[in-house]
Amino acid sequence: MKTMTCIICPRGCSLTVEKEGAEYKVTGQMCKRGKEFAVNELTNPTRSVTTTVRTVFTEFPRLPVKTDGEVPLGKIFDVMKELDCILVKDTVKSGDVIVENISNTGINIVATISMSLMMGVS
Amino acid sequence: MKSSSTYDVIVLGAGPAGLAAGYAASKAGASTLIIEREERAGGILKQCIHDGFGIIRFQQKLTGPEYAERYIRLVEEQAVTVLTSTFVIKVNKKEDGFELQLVNEKSGVFSLKAKALVLANGCRERTSKQVFIHGARPAGVYSAGTAQYFVNIMGYLPCKRCVILGSGDIGLIMARRLTLEGTEVVGVYEAKSTPSGLARNISQCLEDYNIPLHLSHTVTRIIGTDRVEAVEISKVDEAMRPIAGTQQLVECDGLILSVGLIPENEIAEDLGIKLDASTKGPLVDQNFMTSMEGVFSCGNALHVNDLVDYVSESGELAGEFAAAYGRRHSERRLVDIGYSNKDFLYVVPQYIDAASDNKNVVLYFRSRDVRYDAKVAIKCGNDKLHEKKHSVMRPPEMEKLELDLNKLDINGANKLEILMLEG
Ligand SMILES: Cc1cc2nc3c(=O)[nH]c(=O)nc-3n(C[C@H](O)[C@H](O)[C@H](O)COP(=O)(O)OP(=O)(O)OC[C@H]3O[C@@H](n4cnc5c(N)ncnc54)[C@H](O)[C@@H]3O)c2cc1C
Ligand code: SF4
Repeated sequence: MKTMTCIICPRGCSLTVEKEGAEYKVTGQMCKRGKEFAVNELTNPTRSVTTTVRTVFTEFPRLPVKTDGEVPLGKIFDVMKELDCILVKDTVKSGDVIVENISNTGINIVATISMSLMMGVS
Repeated sequence: MKSSSTYDVIVLGAGPAGLAAGYAASKAGASTLIIEREERAGGILKQCIHDGFGIIRFQQKLTGPEYAERYIRLVEEQAVTVLTSTFVIKVNKKEDGFELQLVNEKSGVFSLKAKALVLANGCRERTSKQVFIHGARPAGVYSAGTAQYFVNIMGYLPCKRCVILGSGDIGLIMARRLTLEGTEVVGVYEAKSTPSGLARNISQCLEDYNIPLHLSHTVTRIIGTDRVEAVEISKVDEAMRPIAGTQQLVECDGLILSVGLIPENEIAEDLGIKLDASTKGPLVDQNFMTSMEGVFSCGNALHVNDLVDYVSESGELAGEFAAAYGRRHSERRLVDIGYSNKDFLYVVPQYIDAASDNKNVVLYFRSRDVRYDAKVAIKCGNDKLHEKKHSVMRPPEMEKLELDLNKLDINGANKLEILMLEG
């Protein structure tokens, strides 16, 4: 038996998971997404990653970015390491892809703000 | 903009609350202006680069900057001007509204008039002055928000090995953020016996990275003259007093304080608006109007919300009601909402305006303690207006309920009561 907190939504239900043969029995979830989360946690836990990358712009030195899906929990530090080497030279928009297929996860890194909102005359 | 310009609604602050208020006021037909002291709109969300915003409002998990951008775009579409890098010097109450004295680089000192004001100034962090710790204040002591600003906006890592005091959400988020950037987070220490932050943040920010959470512990001394070299940690008793003999030294070059947020209400105080001792925000009615006619409050200036979705919701409502204010002629008749401090940390709004046309009341409250299977009821004399069972209520999680006053005649009532009953 394993207990965990569902992190899918702010409710944060406490889940209890039991393995019954090949099946998982999950209790404590207030919606069906909780079960999926619990099973993933035991088989292949994944997370989205949010961080920043360097830019060439002095008035906006860091661009906030995120993974456009979830990467395996164990790969987060690989993702961070790869992003250390990135330098953004263009004024990108929110959603623009900054790195494709980060750390071979099949997931892209995308910008989370449009730089035009944070730079230049407003 | 002429110095004599008069707006129906002026909003102070362009965080998610102010942007929502400005958007809604303008949509309701009011001439609207938003004033922001920072260079850019977006408020604190600019530095909250993590996700989890917007699940209720947009049914999507957005990051802080993405959420802010949505509202900045809405305000743009509505063609509401956001006057940035502009400071409010003084607000004067006049016969026909308010006169604001402002200053910015472009226009110098100037004044504007508004029929209604929306205060959306957000909140600030409690500082180390408000936390009792012995020792000097060497470099390396930061509030969680300052650390967040350094890391996320400036790209600068403030310490290599740190202790986090307080288990508020921003501290938990920073524990993960610093870990990802290469800082060793020794542990999170919390004086209370339960965490202040949301369960999901304990899980995804601490447990994912094996960062220990020590409940009933606090920092009792800071060691180091120029720079933090270590902190002394002690266990505390139920009254949160340090227990002698339990001290231990933890080496670190950074101490991050995540000890809570307080609404920012300097302008409200200057105007003589009454504040609630529990929320530290203004007392309001269901239309978000404060004790002063024509002044509205929303977002984290009103009370500290845990979800930005509720911040925007209160902003939109306050903006709408501020827009309608000029058209209203009847006097307010305020009915108190009573509650017991033993059960609730606070309840917002604190009053119902029985004379208002708005009969759909949104109530926000927090339970004082963790409660299982308790019922929350609202009574007016002997009439029960509402009753709902909550399987669990925790102080970090704000609860919301909607009350339809159409069904009820509160005209004669002097008081409503919100109660917590055993399941
Ligand atoms: C460091 C920190 C981190 C946070 N992290 C999270 C988080 O991760 N998730 C979450 O949901 N909530 C978080 N919060 C709470 C957060 O404040 C709210 O979610 C949300 O941003 C509140 O919106 P707001 O518009 O009320 O306030 P803010 O976003 O704070 O916006 C207020 C705006 O008003 C401006 N202002 C203030 N006074 C004046 C004045 N006199 N004149 C002109 N402009 C003025 C400020 O510059 C600011 O732009 C955090 C708060 C802080 C302080
Ligand atoms: S189980 Fe459903 S309601 Fe509970 S935290 Fe997970 S997603 Fe949210």
